[in-house]
Amino acid sequence: MTLLVGSITIGLILALLALGIFISFRIFDFPDITAEGSFTFGAALSAALIVSGANPITATAVAFVGGFAAGAATGLIHTRFKINPLLSGILVMTALYSVNLHVMGKSNVPLLSQRTLFTWFESFSETVSGKDTLVNLIGWSVPAKDLWTLFFCLLIIVFFGLLLLWYFRTNIGTAMRATGDNDQMIRALGVNTKVMIIFGVALSNGFIALAGSMLAQFQGFADVQMGIGMMVWGLASVIIGEALIRDNSLGFVIAGAVIGAVLFRLLVAIALRWGMNPNDLKLITAAFVFLALVLPGFMKKTKKVKLIRTK
Amino acid sequence: MLVLSNLNKTFNAGTINEVNALQEVSLTIEEGSFICVLGTNGSGKSTLLNAVAGTFYTDSGTIELNGKDITRWPEYKRACHVGRVFQNPFSGTAPNMTIGENLALAAKRGKKRGLGWGLTSTVLQELKSRVKTLNMGLEERLDSPIGKLSGGQRQALTLLMSSWVKPELLLLDEHTAALDPKTASKVIELTEKIVTAGKLTTLMVTHSMQQAVHLGDRIIMMHQGKIKYDFRGEEKRRLKIADLLSLFDDLRRKDQIDAGVVELLMKNYV
Ligand SMILES: Nc1ncnc2c1ncn2[C@@H]1O[C@H](COP(=O)(O)OP(=O)(O)O)[C@@H](O)[C@H]1O
Ligand SMILES: [Mg+2]
Repeated sequence: MTLLVGSITIGLILALLALGIFISFRIFDFPDITAEGSFTFGAALSAALIVSGANPITATAVAFVGGFAAGAATGLIHTRFKINPLLSGILVMTALYSVNLHVMGKSNVPLLSQRTLFTWFESFSETVSGKDTLVNLIGWSVPAKDLWTLFFCLLIIVFFGLLLLWYFRTNIGTAMRATGDNDQMIRALGVNTKVMIIFGVALSNGFIALAGSMLAQFQGFADVQMGIGMMVWGLASVIIGEALIRDNSLGFVIAGAVIGAVLFRLLVAIALRWGMNPNDLKLITAAFVFLALVLPGFMKKTKKVKLIRTK
Repeated sequence: MLVLSNLNKTFNAGTINEVNALQEVSLTIEEGSFICVLGTNGSGKSTLLNAVAGTFYTDSGTIELNGKDITRWPEYKRACHVGRVFQNPFSGTAPNMTIGENLALAAKRGKKRGLGWGLTSTVLQELKSRVKTLNMGLEERLDSPIGKLSGGQRQALTLLMSSWVKPELLLLDEHTAALDPKTASKVIELTEKIVTAGKLTTLMVTHSMQQAVHLGDRIIMMHQGKIKYDFRGEEKRRLKIADLLSLFDDLRRKDQIDAGVVELLMKNYV
């Protein structure tokens, strides 16, 4: 049960990643691999700041700004110099690898004895529920501090989900969605689509860096490798969400991405528990996303064949 | 007023696919004038409109709109003053967004787009009343994705969107060509209504002689990147479809003679 609570917590943190991928992939149709660099960048910035004694909230906010800047760089490279989206992302991701090493000073920064967002949640739990309290959750006893941590993560993701929902309904947010849907149309209505793309990719990476920052604080270290495979991970979450919630209005899609992220993390935890080799994780994730991308089209084809046959 | 002076545009310059799509095109369009642009396929009609809209920059020449030199303005900036409807019904609307959202986007053309709520109840009220004028029953479907509508419905909405904020210039590029005849005539009716009501300065490309004869106050006919004929005033009013057809025949015959001469020269000298 403790494992379950922990998995959901990580799932909620990675839901921020899913929201970021949702912005780049689904709003803009921009396959943005900057994600892998900015995820680590967020973690690195926060870790370095926390180690040097900064307030965890400041450290987390700086992570967002850092990711935002990284995304803006990708958007700028793409729009200004007409380099294709994937390559623009690869350039920034590669550059970020060095930047991240510089920021951390080494390839791994432990945070176990530091004050982070999560030590705050724990001390909050101590004052409210008492030290080392166990809570009975449908027959399982779970540490109260784990539940409080889960609750705060839920609060954070609900806040950012609603923020995003609100933003995409504003005048500028609507214009941003239109840029991804039909850029010719929105340009004909006087919108600078280049600025929209730069800002959108920046926003996406801000969210992703935030996820990296929170994960580092939760697991107690930042590692220069922690971003690897994150883009596909986020994509898997978004796809699961879409498969579960078939309504494509904005609120549902955002909720779907969050639920997908939690579910995907749970699936992975269960698979690992059943003895899946952790080394195979990324292979299986990639295979999963491949199937999710290919199957819908494949099913349509077979359906068509069937229709013809029954005629 | 739109003043085009000596516009030139060459595509694929220096290759065997070189096309002189615009050659020294000059044209002055008075405020409130409604011009129909005719011409053979590939004569440069779309290129002319795209050049004005800023889809690309011209190689030389200047474009002036109501005293502003917009020759080097990017497309999105010109769009603040210029309304547009494309030939392809898919081009003018964002398919996955709702009818209401599409219209709300158009209501902000040329205005600052900030963090204000897009579809407020006052905006929605105005959308409803304006969409009602289309008589298509779309005012009851503002929440459905615009991509589900027929080409004619989308074109009607695009027309409404392009003129929502009164444009200094309206560009219509064969906006009924992809529609069936009945729908096309409905959209043309609507076009006339909107242009007349708003006294809009309009440049409309059409392949239909009938539209050209019945609409607007001026006809220009393009051929090989040049404006070959320009009829206005009384002359335009007297013009009949047969006259236009014979002009087209003339242009074609000249082409054939040109081609024939080239062939002859080739035979003799190459
Ligand atoms: N983007 C482009 N690239 C290359 N050639 C083009 C482009 N746009 C138009 N052309 C060429 O310029 C000429 C004029 O085209 P266009 O203006 O589309 O003609 P129309 O009068 O039929 O609208 C044609 O020969 C066309 O092939
Ligand atoms: Mg054309």
